[in-house]
Amino acid sequence: MTGMTLIVKTIVRLLTGFIFVFSVSIVFYGHITPGGGFAGGVMLACGLILVLLAFGKEEAVRIVKETAAGVFDSVGALAFLVIALLGFVSGRFFLNFLPKGEEFHLFSGGTLLWINIAIGIKVSAALFAVYVALAVFRMSGKARENGERS
Amino acid sequence: MLAYILASVILLVGIYGVVAKKNLIKIVVGLLIVDYATNLILVLIGYRQDGIAPIFTSPREDPSRFVDPIPQALILTSIVIGLSIIALMIAIALRLYEKYGSFDVLDIRRLKG
Amino acid sequence: MIILGLLVFMIVGSIIAIETRDLLSSVIAVGAVGLGLAVVFLLVGAPDLAIVQVVVEGLALAMLLRLVVVREDVTITHGYTIEGVFAAACGLIFAGVFIVIAAIAFREIPPFGQPQMRIGQELIRRGFVETHAPNIVTDIILDYRGYDTLGEATIIFTAILGALAILRRKGKVGT
Repeated sequence: MTGMTLIVKTIVRLLTGFIFVFSVSIVFYGHITPGGGFAGGVMLACGLILVLLAFGKEEAVRIVKETAAGVFDSVGALAFLVIALLGFVSGRFFLNFLPKGEEFHLFSGGTLLWINIAIGIKVSAALFAVYVALAVFRMSGKARENGERS
Repeated sequence: MLAYILASVILLVGIYGVVAKKNLIKIVVGLLIVDYATNLILVLIGYRQDGIAPIFTSPREDPSRFVDPIPQALILTSIVIGLSIIALMIAIALRLYEKYGSFDVLDIRRLKG
Repeated sequence: MIILGLLVFMIVGSIIAIETRDLLSSVIAVGAVGLGLAVVFLLVGAPDLAIVQVVVEGLALAMLLRLVVVREDVTITHGYTIEGVFAAACGLIFAGVFIVIAAIAFREIPPFGQPQMRIGQELIRRGFVETHAPNIVTDIILDYRGYDTLGEATIIFTAILGALAILRRKGKVGT
């Protein structure tokens, strides 16, 4: 699929860095401010989809390949499960076992920070993969015979 | 009480869209409205008059004015699940259009393979 | 009062989304309903939910537009039949019965604006002290109710996997 006009490409080029940094900040500070893994993950997927829509499929695939999106999805889900199973180290399933630092600092809350990061990776990779599959789907069969646009 | 009744009316409009419409896109839109209305009713149960969000801004804050945090925690994941289900339904609708050539539900029922 | 006004706005928007003939207008009306819902979340005291609702609704609109641009003419018309009139009458009777039973059922829970919060008080009292994280909602979904979040991550994984499997071509993906 092709990209868009020059105005759209320039604006997207200026905005993309800000969108990525903001969404990563929402994921990391999820235990202090509103946000968390789900909000930051969907925002990161929206940033990648913006690059896909403005520049075409080839530029977006250069940043994150299609098979790499599937791998990141599985890595995020497995990391979540491993952190949950590591709770057995000191007692029960899903125990919050890491040291909890001072309040209102970045590295506080034990396992909350790492679970937020795992969920953020998982949600963003999954939504980007499904949007690429929807965008490059080419019609064939009966719809093509009717002369429709694909 | 009136807020609950109004949210139930949104739910009814969504159910009407799923049951009585013949266009596949309208059915997907109706299901999205049902999803919104369900999340709305469940979050409205936890509302407290003149309440503030359940986030501490200083270590000595008085937590007696917080709204109920449990419905918010349960609906937060439900919103993202709704998005995944809509993505699955759009994939199925695209495949149906490719095979039968129209979005009309009656045509999809009558034509054979 | 503002919350009730926004609920009426959402009702009007959803009726427009279901009834209009043009499919592009229908998708945009659903976007307006989602935006009203995000503002209601903000006024009820749930900023977490407002952020997630705005972003998710934008992404759902971008996906729904993929269905709308498939055809040139996107309207389907059917005439008035006797079955249609009978279905509409049954629909109205069902709506009336539903509203009456919902009003009776909503009397059982505490009135709007005074939640009972028996477990909620306990979790607010213990959440900040035990986990040292100020956001109580994140505490609940990742520490006290972490098992539910694990199940929900599994649901997202399975649904996206199903969508990718449906859209696959025979042979290599993307050809």
